[in-house]
Amino acid sequence: MSRLLALLLLLPAAVMAATPIIPVVIQDHRFDPAEVRVPAGTKVRLVVDNRDATAEEFESHELNREKVIPGGSKASIFIGPLAPGRYPFFGEFNEATAQGVVIAE
Amino acid sequence: MLGAAIIVFRETLEAALLIGIVAAAARSLPARGRWLGLGVMAGVAGAMVVAASAGYIGELADGVGQELLNAGVLAAAVLMLAWHNIWMSRHAREMVDGARSVIRQVAEGSRELSAIALVVALAVLREGSETVLFLYGMMAQGESVVQVALGGMLGLAAGALIGFAIYAGLLRVPVRHFFSVTALLVLLIAAGMAGQCARFLIQGDLLPALATPLWDSSALLSNDSALGALLHVLAGYDARPSGMQALFYGATVLLIMAGMRLVRNDRASRPSMRPSVQT
Repeated sequence: MSRLLALLLLLPAAVMAATPIIPVVIQDHRFDPAEVRVPAGTKVRLVVDNRDATAEEFESHELNREKVIPGGSKASIFIGPLAPGRYPFFGEFNEATAQGVVIAE
Repeated sequence: MLGAAIIVFRETLEAALLIGIVAAAARSLPARGRWLGLGVMAGVAGAMVVAASAGYIGELADGVGQELLNAGVLAAAVLMLAWHNIWMSRHAREMVDGARSVIRQVAEGSRELSAIALVVALAVLREGSETVLFLYGMMAQGESVVQVALGGMLGLAAGALIGFAIYAGLLRVPVRHFFSVTALLVLLIAAGMAGQCARFLIQGDLLPALATPLWDSSALLSNDSALGALLHVLAGYDARPSGMQALFYGATVLLIMAGMRLVRNDRASRPSMRPSVQT
């Protein structure tokens, strides 16, 4: 029983480990890299590191995602599996500068 | 200033429309203004707390605490809206016939109103916490406090105006159609919220997406067009929904409709509750 429980607890970790992690940095209200390349056809985990002091809202209509990232913190956003193509995203709180695109290939 | 106004307007719109609709739906219940006011105030207070602890919340549950919180808030709101609609389907006819029977049910009415107040509080909390974070960020970037406050108030006023417009518009609907119209609106809002709830759970990798996307109607009606945004708030429209989102949406519609029908039939089978049956 406890072994089964341990297995069940480890299962999500094992699945998580198989999900590629793609780092993105927010600095001075810009995304770096602005072009984020991800493998097509598989789920990936964007880890967005907001190094600004202020919050940003990661938003993408194409990716159907929306997440507030407080200043000085990291956030995970799971996307995909995506068909090959370009998926623009932006920072809603600083739309003038915070623009980026996920390229699935 | 205009930037702040636009974002605050966008964040306010959803809560404002919801408040306008439930305020109209509760038109015949006594002391509804007090309950709605209480909901808004509780929501604002909650929004401040959530905004202040956003960093902490975000890091919970391996970086998906925000998704869990949003999904939980949405799920609670869906439950309250479902309860409202099912309760209303039993009482709407009695209210149309005359308010007297309602006054006899003040106790039940205040239970209903507390559900409505909770829905309002949850909506304000969710949208409000993002607004607080945004406005705080603007000020931290050295924008003048007066400009940010002015912009914020302008956006808030515009959102409130639209909420009031839908409220006033709904009150003009003839009484015999009124409860069907509000019930339909509440049903669609609840289904849309259930869809958004699913989206947050997918974003946090707590549910499979099933299809990404199920369809793409962004060429016909995109999410960021005015009509698309309005339909998004009112009926949960999404130009690129995932399969799971559509599943949550459809299941919510079916479950609430089944609940409404069940309660209505239950009432019809007990003639003692309605001495003069006319349909």
